[in-house]
Amino acid sequence: MRVTQGTFSFLPDLTDEQIRKQIEYSLSKGWALGVEYTDDPHPRNTYWEMWGQPMFDLRDAAGVTQEVRACREHHPECYIRINAFDSERNFETVRLSFIVQRPTIEPGFRLERTEAAGRNVRYTLHAYATDRPHGRRYGGRET
Amino acid sequence: MTDEAVPHAASQTSPTKAIDLRALYAETDIGSLLTELDLELVGLAPVKRRIREIASLLLVTRARERMGFSSAPPTLHMAFTGNPGTGKTTVALRMAGILQRLGYVRKGHLVCVTRDDLVGQYIGHTAPKTKEVLKRAMGGVLFIDEAYYLYRPENEKDYGQEAIEILLQVMENQRDDLTVILAGYGARMNTFFESNPGFRSRIAHHIDFPDYDDEELLLIAEKIAATAQYQLSESAREALREYIVRRRQQPNFANARSLRNAFDRARLRQAMRLVNHEGAVGVDELTTLEASDIRASRVFG
Repeated sequence: MRVTQGTFSFLPDLTDEQIRKQIEYSLSKGWALGVEYTDDPHPRNTYWEMWGQPMFDLRDAAGVTQEVRACREHHPECYIRINAFDSERNFETVRLSFIVQRPTIEPGFRLERTEAAGRNVRYTLHAYATDRPHGRRYGGRET
Repeated sequence: MTDEAVPHAASQTSPTKAIDLRALYAETDIGSLLTELDLELVGLAPVKRRIREIASLLLVTRARERMGFSSAPPTLHMAFTGNPGTGKTTVALRMAGILQRLGYVRKGHLVCVTRDDLVGQYIGHTAPKTKEVLKRAMGGVLFIDEAYYLYRPENEKDYGQEAIEILLQVMENQRDDLTVILAGYGARMNTFFESNPGFRSRIAHHIDFPDYDDEELLLIAEKIAATAQYQLSESAREALREYIVRRRQQPNFANARSLRNAFDRARLRQAMRLVNHEGAVGVDELTTLEASDIRASRVFG
C-alpha cells in the first residue's frame, strides 16, 4: 500500500528536478529546510529521525539536494521527507512537507479489532513492516 | 504544409555558424559591471586586467558551448594575495556578480568566512561546521579570508587539516555549485600553498593585489569622503597628501583601510570643532573637512 502524506500526497512521486524546484521555492520564501527519515510507516508516527540539522541561511538548492542524496545512500529502503519551516511570526510552523523517497515494497497495514468491555470493538492500524525490528524492515538491507 | 515545415525545423537545430561575441557581451550585461569596477576601484591595474581576461574566457566558453564544442566548465577557484587594505574583499564581491551574469554561479552571493567559521573546537566538530558553510555558499562564491590560518604546521593534531580536506573535495567535485576564493597576505599564502600542493593545483587564477601609490590613496580618500557626503578643502587635501607619506612609514599601514580610519577620525575632530564653534553653522561648514582636522592626527606628532 502506497503511503502518502504531506503537501503533494495526491500526486505521483516527485522527480529529482521537481524536488529541486520545490526546494528553490522554499528557499526563495526564506524557509529553513530539514531532511528526515523513518522506517515506521504508521500515520501517527509524526516525529521522524533527523538527517543532520535543519539548514538555515541557504541560497541555493544544491546544499539540500546534496543532503537528500547522502540520506538516500545511507537509508536506501526508508521513507525520506523534506520539511520547510517558516520562522515568521504567527506562522512558526512547517509550511511545506513532502516525501522524497519510499521503500521499494510497502506491505501496508492490517486492521486489528480488540474486543473491549460491553461488546465494544477498538480498531488499531498495524503496519506489517513493524513486525520486524527497527533497521531490518523493508527487505532488511540495513544493518 | 508539412514539406514547408521540415526545412524550417532543420535550420533551427543545426548549430550556428558564427556568434557575435559583442552581442553576447551586451546580452550578459557584463560590460556595465566591468565599467563599474573601473570607476569605483582606484588603481589595481593588474587585477582589473586579470578580471577582464577571466571574463573574456568565460564569454568564449559560452560561445563555444553554443557552437556545440565540448566545454568542460573552467576551473574558477581563485587566490587573491596582497597587503592589507588593497581591496581583496571588494573585488571578491564584484567577482561574484561577474560570475553570476556569465551564468557560472547560480545565485551570485558572497559568503565571507575565516578559520573560526570552518574549524571546530573538538573532534568531530569540524566536518559538520565546514559542510554547513559550504552548503550556505552553494550557488555563490565562498571567500576565505586569511586562508593560511587553516593550516597550522606546528600542531599535528590541528583540526584545520580536516577542513582543508573537505574543502579540496568539494572544490574538485562540485565545481559548478560553488567557486572558492582564498585570500591573504602574499608571503604567508605562498608558504600555505607550498605545504598544501592540493590547493595550488586546484586554483587556476592567482591574482596579486599591488599596494596603492600616494596619488591613488588620495583619490581613494576623496571617494570615501564623497560617499559619506563630505568634501576636502584645498588645504585639507594638501595635509592629507602629507599624512599619507608619513603614515606609510609607520607600522601597521593598511592602504585604503588606513585612509578610511583616518577619515573617520577626521570626522570626529570636525564634529568637535563645529560643536565648539561660536554662532551658526552653514552647509559648507557641515560638509567640509579642514586641514586642522587632519593635522591634529598623531601621525604628525
